[in-house]
Amino acid sequence: MYDVLIIGSGVSGASCAYMLSKYDLKVAVLDKSNDIANGTTKANSAIIHAGFDPSPDTLMAKLNVRGVELAREIAAKLDVPINNCGSLVLAFDEGDLEHIRKLYDRGCKNNVPGLELLDKEQLHALEPGISEAAVGALLAPSACIINPWEYCLAMLETAVVNGAELFLDTEVTGVTDCGDHVSVETNAGAFEAKYVLSAAGVHAGDVRRLVEEPPYEIVPTRGQYFLLDKDEGTRVSRTIFQCPNEKGKGVLVSPTVDGNLIVGPDANVGGADDTSTDKAGLDAIKEAAVKSVPGINFRMNIRNFAGVRANSDQSDFVIEKAAACPRFIDIACIKSPGLTAAPAIGEYVVEMLAAEGLSLAERDSYVDSRKRPRLGEVSEEERNRLIQEDPRYGRIICRCEQVTEGEIVAALHTPIPPTTINGVKRRVGSGMGRCQGGFCTPKVHEIIARESGVDMLEVCLEEPGSEILKYRSKENE
Amino acid sequence: MSEKKYELIVIGGGPAGLAAAHSAWENGLRSILIVERDKYLGGILNQCIHNGFGLHHFKEELSGPEYADRFIKLVNETGIEVMTDTMVLNVTPEHEVYVSNTDGVSVLRAQSVVLAMGCRERTRDSVGIAGTRPAGVYTAGSAQLYMNILGYSVGRKVVVRGTGDIGLIMARRMKLEGAEVLACIGASDHPDGLARNVNQCLVDYDIPLLLRHTITEIRGKDRVEQVVAMEVDEHRNVIPGTEKTFDCDTLLLSIGLIPENELSKKAGIPLDRRTSGAVVYENNETLVPGIFACGNVLHVHDLVDFVTEESIRAGKSAAEYVLGGGDAVGGSDGAAGGGAADGAASGGAGGTADGGAGRDADEPPLEITNGDNVKYTVPMMARLSALEKTLEIFFRVTKVFGEGSRVVVTQGDKKVASFKRPYMINSKMEKIKIPVKLLEGVDPADGPLVVRAEEGGAAHA
Ligand SMILES: Cc1cc2nc3c(=O)[nH]c(=O)nc-3n(C[C@H](O)[C@H](O)[C@H](O)COP(=O)(O)OP(=O)(O)OC[C@H]3O[C@@H](n4cnc5c(N)ncnc54)[C@H](O)[C@@H]3O)c2cc1C
Repeated sequence: MYDVLIIGSGVSGASCAYMLSKYDLKVAVLDKSNDIANGTTKANSAIIHAGFDPSPDTLMAKLNVRGVELAREIAAKLDVPINNCGSLVLAFDEGDLEHIRKLYDRGCKNNVPGLELLDKEQLHALEPGISEAAVGALLAPSACIINPWEYCLAMLETAVVNGAELFLDTEVTGVTDCGDHVSVETNAGAFEAKYVLSAAGVHAGDVRRLVEEPPYEIVPTRGQYFLLDKDEGTRVSRTIFQCPNEKGKGVLVSPTVDGNLIVGPDANVGGADDTSTDKAGLDAIKEAAVKSVPGINFRMNIRNFAGVRANSDQSDFVIEKAAACPRFIDIACIKSPGLTAAPAIGEYVVEMLAAEGLSLAERDSYVDSRKRPRLGEVSEEERNRLIQEDPRYGRIICRCEQVTEGEIVAALHTPIPPTTINGVKRRVGSGMGRCQGGFCTPKVHEIIARESGVDMLEVCLEEPGSEILKYRSKENE
Repeated sequence: MSEKKYELIVIGGGPAGLAAAHSAWENGLRSILIVERDKYLGGILNQCIHNGFGLHHFKEELSGPEYADRFIKLVNETGIEVMTDTMVLNVTPEHEVYVSNTDGVSVLRAQSVVLAMGCRERTRDSVGIAGTRPAGVYTAGSAQLYMNILGYSVGRKVVVRGTGDIGLIMARRMKLEGAEVLACIGASDHPDGLARNVNQCLVDYDIPLLLRHTITEIRGKDRVEQVVAMEVDEHRNVIPGTEKTFDCDTLLLSIGLIPENELSKKAGIPLDRRTSGAVVYENNETLVPGIFACGNVLHVHDLVDFVTEESIRAGKSAAEYVLGGGDAVGGSDGAAGGGAADGAASGGAGGTADGGAGRDADEPPLEITNGDNVKYTVPMMARLSALEKTLEIFFRVTKVFGEGSRVVVTQGDKKVASFKRPYMINSKMEKIKIPVKLLEGVDPADGPLVVRAEEGGAAHA
C-alpha cells in the first residue's frame, strides 16, 4: 500500500513527488510512457514567467509567483540549468502601451518583484536587437529561462533517490474508491494507495473520467517552434514577448539555457498527442517574430518541434478532490504558466494532503542535492581529473554539443536511466546541435546497447515502435 | 603540457588530411601530426564501400576504403605521427590546437595547421520538412554507416530525397539489401548526380526517378508511415494541389553537405558565404597566416580525386610556409599576426627575396570572383608571384550547359582566358587552369578576375 500514488511524471507530478519525498512516506509515480516527462513538459517555451499575466486572486497568480522563487532555489540545489535573464513585453502602438500598463498593474497586485515600464530609448539601450518599431516595453527582471525537462528529471530523480518508486510503461486504466484507500488499475497490474494524485496533463480529463465526469474540458492546443543555431543565440539577451492582438497571443523570441534561440509558439486546437509541425503555421511564426527581432536568420533553424498545451474551458488551474472519490486529487488544466508554477503546485498539494490527514514526518536522511558531470562547463583541471577517473570522459561522441562518452555512460547509470536515443539526448544534450544527431546517433545507439545489455535492433528513438533499425544486414526475408 | 612544437598539425584524417600530411612530408617537413576524432583513419571513405573512386588520381576504379587505404599506407611509410580517437576542441590563430582524448585535454603547438575536417549533412530541419518526428528518417550518411560499418539495415520501404551521387548510391544500396525503393526524388529538372550513377544505381535497378518534386511532410507516430511529395516550380516553390503520398517506413535524406567550419571560426578565419568554407589564396592558405584548408571543409567536392589534388597543394604550401620561415614572422612566441584582419596583406610570408614561402610579403593579392552563371570560385584570392605554372580555379556553374559552352575569365573589359567545355552541370565541380603567361598583363589593382560561364556561340561575340 502506497501512501501517495502519482499519475503522470510531467513537471506537475514530479514536483509533487519531490515535495513529498522529504517526508517518511511510500510514494510511487506512474507514467504510461517509456520515459518520464514525455508530455507537455518535454516541449514548451521553457520560460519561468514572472507572474504579471494571471488575474490577481487566482490560484494561478499565487502559484506562479511562488513558483519563480522555488524554481531558482531548486535549480541551484539540483543542478538544473537556469538563467535569470528577465523578460520584456514589447509595445508597438498606443493600444499595446495601454496593455503593458495593465500588465504592470496586475503584476504589482500579484507581487511580482522589480517590474518596470521602459520607454523607447531605455528599451533599445537594453536590447539593441529589437525592432525600431517598438515604442516601449514592460521589463520583468525576475523571469528566467530553464531546461524544463531536466528540471522535471532533477525533481523526480531526487524523489527516487529518497525512496520514491517510478513505474514507466504503466498506463492507468481504472480507479476504484475502496473507502480507506484507492485501487488504481494499470496495464501492469493494480496499485493500492491511500491517496492518488492525477497529474496527467492533456489527458487529465481521461483519468478523471475513470472516477467521474470531469467538471472541465481539456482543449489540447498545439504550439510550434523554431530552435535556431547557437550562432543566432545572442540576437536578444532576454525573453521577448509581444502583446496579444487580433491575430493571436503573439510569439516570443528568447535565448535558451543552452545558448540557442527559440521562436514560437502558435496555437492550434487539435489532438492531445499531435506534436506534428505544419508549414503554414511555421511561416506565420516567422512573420510574427521578425516584427520583434528583425535580424533573425531562419536559415539557421536546426529543429522545429511542437508541444501540446492542456488548455481548457477554465481560466484557472483546477486542483481539487474528486467528488466521487475524496482520496483522488486532480491536478488539471495546468496550462502555461504550469512549468513555472510546478513546484508551488507540489507545495500546495502537500498542504492539501496534510489537511486530509496524511501525516507528514520528515525523513531522517534526506538527500536534497544532485550533480551531473558537464564536461563542457568545467575547468581544464576538473576535466582532466574526470578523464583520469574514467577515460571515456575524454572521448567526444556528439561533436556539435561536445558531449562525451563518459557523460552518456553516467546518464545510463543514473536512478532514472534512459533507454532510448531521445532519452539520452534529453539528459546529456547529444544530438541537440546543428547536425541533429547525424553523426552521433549510431554511436549513442551502440553505447545504449552495450551499457544496457540490449540488442541494437531493440533500441528505440522514442516510444516502442520507434526502433531505429529494421534487420541485420542480409537478413531480409 | 608538452613544449613540443610540430611543424604541421593536420586536423582530420580523411582523404584530405591524409593527402595534405603526406604531401607536406614529401615536401620536406619532418614533424607532422594528424589528429582524427574517429578510431580509424580514412574519414567518410570507410563507409563508402561502392566503387568509383580513384579514376583520376590512380587511373583505376577503387572502393572508398581501398582509396583511403592507399593513402594510409603512404602515411604509414613516413614518420608522420597519428593521433586517433582524439577530438580537436579549439584552434587559435597562433596555431595552438586543443585536443581531448582518453588521456586528457591538452594543447599542442604547431608552426602551421591544415584544416581538413570535412563536412556534415543537411537535415530535415534545414530544409523545413514539416510533420511528425518518428524513427525512420535518416541522413544518407548515417544510414550508410549503419549498413556498411555496423551491418544493419534501416528500413524495408524507402523513399530517397536527393538525386546527388550519395542519394543515388544509397538508393541502390537499400535495394541490394532487399528493401523496396519507391522513388528517388529531386527538386531540379535533372538528376544531380553523375550520369553513370543514374544508370548504374537507378536504371539498372528499376528505381523510379521523380524530378521537380520535394518532400514536404512526414507522417507516422512512432515510425514513418507516409511521406508527402509535392511538385516545385523553377524557383523551387511548391505548387499547391500536387501532393503525392508514398506509403513507406523510411526516408533517406541526401540534400546537401555543409563544410564543418566550427573550428575555423574559433581560429578567427574569415569564411566565404558562397562556399561556407574559408576564404583562401591560390595555395590554400586562409586569411590567418599559416593555417591552410582543403577538402570538403573548404568547399564540397563530388570527387575524392579532386580532394586529393587540392590537399596535395595545401600540404605542399604548408611545407613551403614552414621551410620558408613563415612562422618566424608571426613569431614562434605565438603572435602570428593576431588574427584575420590583417591576414590578407601580410600573408605570413617570410619576406625572403627568393620566396621561401614563394612570394613577396607586400604583394597585393588578386581577387577572384564568380561572374554570370557561376556560383563560386576557389580560391578567392591569388598572389601572382607565388604561382608556378598555372592558376587553378575550382568552381560550380548554376545550370546545365550543353555542347560548345565556354568558361570565360575576364578582368574589367579585358578577356584573360577562355576554355571550351562540352558539358557543364551545376552539381559537378569544374576546374580551369589558367597558364601564368596569360596572367602577365593582369594587375591586382585593376579589379577582380571574374569567372563566368557562357552558352555555345556567345563567346564569339
Ligand atoms: C507550447 C507551450 C508553451 C508553454 N510555455 C510555457 C512556459 O514558457 N512557461 C510555463 O511556465 N509553462 C509553459 N507551458 C505550460 C507547461 O509546459 C505545462 O503547464 C506543464 O509542462 C504541465 O506539466 P504536467 O506535468 O501537468 O503535464 P505533462 O508534462 O503533460 O505530464 C503529464 C504526464 O502524465 C502522463 N499520463 C497521462 N495519462 C496517463 C495515464 N492514464 N496513465 C499514466 N500516465 C499518464 C503522460 O504520459 C505525461 O508524462 C507551455 C506549454 C506549451 C504546450
